[in-house]
Amino acid sequence: MRKIDFGGLLSTYGVVIALLALIAFGWLRYENFLGMFNIMSVLRYNSMFALVALGMCFVIMTGGIDLSVGTVAALGSVAAAYSSPYGPIAGLAAGVGVGTVVGLINAVMITRMHIMPFIATLASMLAASGTALLLANNRSVPVSYQSGFTDLGQGNFVGLPIPAIIAAIAYILGWVVLNYTATGRGVLAVGGSEESAKLMGLPADRIKALAYIASGGLAGLAGVILAAQFGAGQPIEGVGWELFAIASVVVGGTLLTGGVGSVGSTLAGVLLLGILFTVLNFENGLGWISLSAYWQSVIRGAFLLAVVILQARLVAGETSRT
Amino acid sequence: MKELAVNPVPKGEIRGHFDLFDFLARYGTVIALVLLLCFNLAFTRNFATLQTLNVNLTQVCTIVIVAVGMTLVIGTGGIDLSVGSLMAISGALAPMIFMSKIVPIDNIALAVTIAIVVPVLVAGMFGLFNGWLIARFRVQPIVATLVLFIAGRGIAQVITNGNLQVFKVPEFQWIGFGRPFGIPAQVLIMAVVVLLAWWALRRTVFGRDVLAIGGNEKASTLAGIAVGRVKLAVYAISGLCAGLAGLVVIAINSASDANLVGLGMELDAIAAVAVGGTLLSGGKATIIGTLLGALTIQLVRYTLLANGVPDAAALVVKAAIIVGAVWLQQQNRVR
Repeated sequence: MRKIDFGGLLSTYGVVIALLALIAFGWLRYENFLGMFNIMSVLRYNSMFALVALGMCFVIMTGGIDLSVGTVAALGSVAAAYSSPYGPIAGLAAGVGVGTVVGLINAVMITRMHIMPFIATLASMLAASGTALLLANNRSVPVSYQSGFTDLGQGNFVGLPIPAIIAAIAYILGWVVLNYTATGRGVLAVGGSEESAKLMGLPADRIKALAYIASGGLAGLAGVILAAQFGAGQPIEGVGWELFAIASVVVGGTLLTGGVGSVGSTLAGVLLLGILFTVLNFENGLGWISLSAYWQSVIRGAFLLAVVILQARLVAGETSRT
Repeated sequence: MKELAVNPVPKGEIRGHFDLFDFLARYGTVIALVLLLCFNLAFTRNFATLQTLNVNLTQVCTIVIVAVGMTLVIGTGGIDLSVGSLMAISGALAPMIFMSKIVPIDNIALAVTIAIVVPVLVAGMFGLFNGWLIARFRVQPIVATLVLFIAGRGIAQVITNGNLQVFKVPEFQWIGFGRPFGIPAQVLIMAVVVLLAWWALRRTVFGRDVLAIGGNEKASTLAGIAVGRVKLAVYAISGLCAGLAGLVVIAINSASDANLVGLGMELDAIAAVAVGGTLLSGGKATIIGTLLGALTIQLVRYTLLANGVPDAAALVVKAAIIVGAVWLQQQNRVR
């Protein structure tokens, strides 16, 4: 038991070390890499992905998966754009609201109808995309620039981008919930062994339901930020976000089998994959090489591959020793 | 149809007792298909024409070809998310070969042959790579194939520099437009793939091994099945199928766009497999079911579009069908 935990710890620190190494590399190699402007834009842009990955992290820790997050974000962005004339609060409420509803539907399908999470959320992914396109009439929905809604994506508060602050608050809450509440411990227990968790009297279904609802709500929130940042609700955005989020969670050391995971290292995973892209841009800026943007997915894939093999090695090593 | 008469294995119930859920789970897809056909014959104008048949068959071909490979993978209890990206890779390679961008080939017949064989084999190699990750490192299939889902399309974009490749090569495009005996060539290709897989799954040791592994991997290992090798094989086959489907897509389009070829195909294929009655947890797989599943989804979409319902709404209906089909199977299994 302790040894497996050790393996988890090692992969947790692995991602932080890799992140620091990447930042150090960028700092040494490029001028302005740690400049305020660059830091702020990285944080601003990646906060959407961070929110989606946080929800995904909780779902994966219960041993499930949520494929619907990308299209739910798109749906959330459309809903937020429509309610943006009534101010930022209305926009937030609409986006988070629709996301939560989809999360609730996922939860019902998975815990009541006992449909595998992969299939249930695949279906809601299609349905959310269809609903977003229907609502938006197949085009992007412009947001209101007068109501202050766009501040949610473009504004600053005490010098920090507002979306990054929102993401930071979400991560702190997520961290507290996971480590200091019964529900949070329950998430890990259910993911570790649902059977045992039930025998211990934990409300496994309710815990799983909460994870999917949270994931839906966070995806909706990411959609709100998307709409505010780019000035439009975008029904066709969000394609592939779910897999990017899964990749971030896995890179962060959370096991897809559930039961092991950490909120902090998921954030590190998101930043790592996000900063890789920035490094690529800077490298191109130097002019030595010219890697097209297409390389970023190849590099991300290679990164994921390295992490996956490393993780498999660690887990195999642990289990063979015990 | 002798559906009512055939119900030899009641699940722990009294023999002869009619079990609605069991019945629906077994024949739901067929019933849905028949109902859809009846509805269309009654309400959709010009439905009973050869053209309608051809439109639907050609649209469903690529999904079926990919879904056949996916059925074998899912039969072992795995999943393959990389199929869409592998389609993009083979779709990107083929035009580069027959347009002599890599090495000049004068003989067009030879060029086209190579342009068909090599991309399919390359996709198969990538599939083998998936299998290697899964069998050798025991990486979960969803994560292992996620690697190529992300990187694969990138590879296709990098080798084409993201450019659209437009071409007009009738010899190659025969697989998209050819009509031997009046049947579209791609439909023939699909039929061959389906028959081969059906035969392999039903009549060969390999097919039995696939289902055994999906049913209980540990027991299969103990029974002496070469689990690793079978897994390598199913992912390689899935890659080959994806490669072939990629070629069909670009042949129809007369163009290859690495950003678009096969986009979202993994989900369509998985949906077809699930609706067709293959258990997603493995151990039970049906190729004919997958074919029917793909046809059902396609026909639903066609029905909605032909009757003026927007494509976006069709997505929602598709979602409901997937959930309904899987839920029915679930009811059957719980008993």
